[in-house]
Amino acid sequence: MWNKLVTRPISKWMEPGGPHPEVVLSSRIRLARNLDDLTFPHRMTEADAERLIKAAEDGVREINLMGFAPKVELYRLAETPALERQILVDKHLISPQQAKDARHKAVAVSEDEAISIMVNEEDHLRIQVLSPGLQLQETWRLASLVDDALEQKLHYAFHEERGYLTACPTNVGTGLRASVMMHLPGLVLTQQAGRLFHNLSQLGLVVRGLYGEGTEAAGHIFQISNQNSLGKTEEEIVAHLDAVVQKVIETEKQARQHLYREMRLQIEDRVARAYGLLSNARVITSEEAMRLLSDVRLGIDLGVLPTLAYSGVNELMVAMQPAFLQRSEGRELNPLDRDTKRATLIRSKLAG
Amino acid sequence: MLCENCGKREATVHKTVITNGQKQESHLCELCARESGALPDFSFPNLSIQQLLGSFLGQEPWGGPAMKAPPQAEPTCRYCGMTYTQFAQSGVLGCAKCYDEMEPHLLPLIKRIQGTVTHSGKVPKRTGGIARKRRELQQLRHDLEVAVQKEQYEEAARIRDQMKQMEAEIKAGGGGSGVE
Repeated sequence: MWNKLVTRPISKWMEPGGPHPEVVLSSRIRLARNLDDLTFPHRMTEADAERLIKAAEDGVREINLMGFAPKVELYRLAETPALERQILVDKHLISPQQAKDARHKAVAVSEDEAISIMVNEEDHLRIQVLSPGLQLQETWRLASLVDDALEQKLHYAFHEERGYLTACPTNVGTGLRASVMMHLPGLVLTQQAGRLFHNLSQLGLVVRGLYGEGTEAAGHIFQISNQNSLGKTEEEIVAHLDAVVQKVIETEKQARQHLYREMRLQIEDRVARAYGLLSNARVITSEEAMRLLSDVRLGIDLGVLPTLAYSGVNELMVAMQPAFLQRSEGRELNPLDRDTKRATLIRSKLAG
Repeated sequence: MLCENCGKREATVHKTVITNGQKQESHLCELCARESGALPDFSFPNLSIQQLLGSFLGQEPWGGPAMKAPPQAEPTCRYCGMTYTQFAQSGVLGCAKCYDEMEPHLLPLIKRIQGTVTHSGKVPKRTGGIARKRRELQQLRHDLEVAVQKEQYEEAARIRDQMKQMEAEIKAGGGGSGVE
């Protein structure tokens, strides 16, 4: 199954059928959990780290026994090539930190790649569930089921006042980070994004680029998530984010309609040029491709390019990353080779 | 005004240099100014949340410079040996027990980053029941003291029985943990 994980550029979150696919790529719930009789991973002995992986295996068995999700399998990351770990990062299944130093690290992933459980990250366990489009409530429910199943076998560090105890106090309490990946070209092009993000921060929400903390917003893709993890219930945190995101979707769609009304020709030209470049380029960097795919995505929504599916664009955004290109080629590639492979991949994908 | 160098972009960086009474002005766009070195490069290393946390933890006074605490007074977790200074540098605690071990110093910090210190969300299904019972047991212990003080011995006896039952329940359901 590992082989499938690192060769197919498809995960649950990229599938079609999620609500509001024109603006929302995916919804994510992350729960930080720790066991109460082990020190946190950064202060752990190697023996304890191995004990934790064994304990996680017990937990995973329980998930499979309960049978509410496709089969979950645990992989020891130390035994995997760095390139393949990077593919899991591109698919958002593990964090860059987890991929970097893989000693005593593990990840459990469900067959449909909706569930992933990182073992020995900053916390002992990081449960993550990813869904396509905007479906935070459903995603939270599934994450909570995974949490319950693990808790059958593991003794969590839980404090009556402080809640679930985490290595960093920024995650204490619910251990919950709910986030939504959004494509916001309308708000960026109408120059409303800055003000919006400022307002979001006043509502206790954080905005980041595509690959998490400190990354640039490549292709007008932003991640919006809750700032605080303590005080409110999980349902309250999820409902608050959901309500705000609904509003952002509405504003983004208004901005797109405004652009299309006021500058129809320019928008059509921009989308068509993006499509033209992508379907003809022989060498293309991932930055340029991300930028153009963003225009193409906008074009699908506005009906300028009605034949393309959002899921296909989502898939390309992952498949064109350096790790995937190199894995499918079976060797390390220099930047020019990579850019050439990328252009070929995109051309064949757009040709159908 | 357009940039003197490229003539394309708006000039936003204006510099006036006076040498020996000679005034020299330049008007550049941001890009050209950066390239010519007239503008300092503001790109700085990415600060992680832990580093940021550490930076304001450093100011968190448990003694303050005026009443500098002797070294042995530094809060240290008895279970994992993590000191508050180590936490301030890394932004991550050593183990779950650190939360109780360094509570007086952590609470103001948690309040600052979370806006509150009390969890009201999910409770673990299997072991959370025990957490709730422990909380009730604490309350009973308090009630018992009050009853004894008021010389209400019948009430005290009733509370004691209740506590015994509660303790037995906690013992029965509390398996699995290594450090209790």
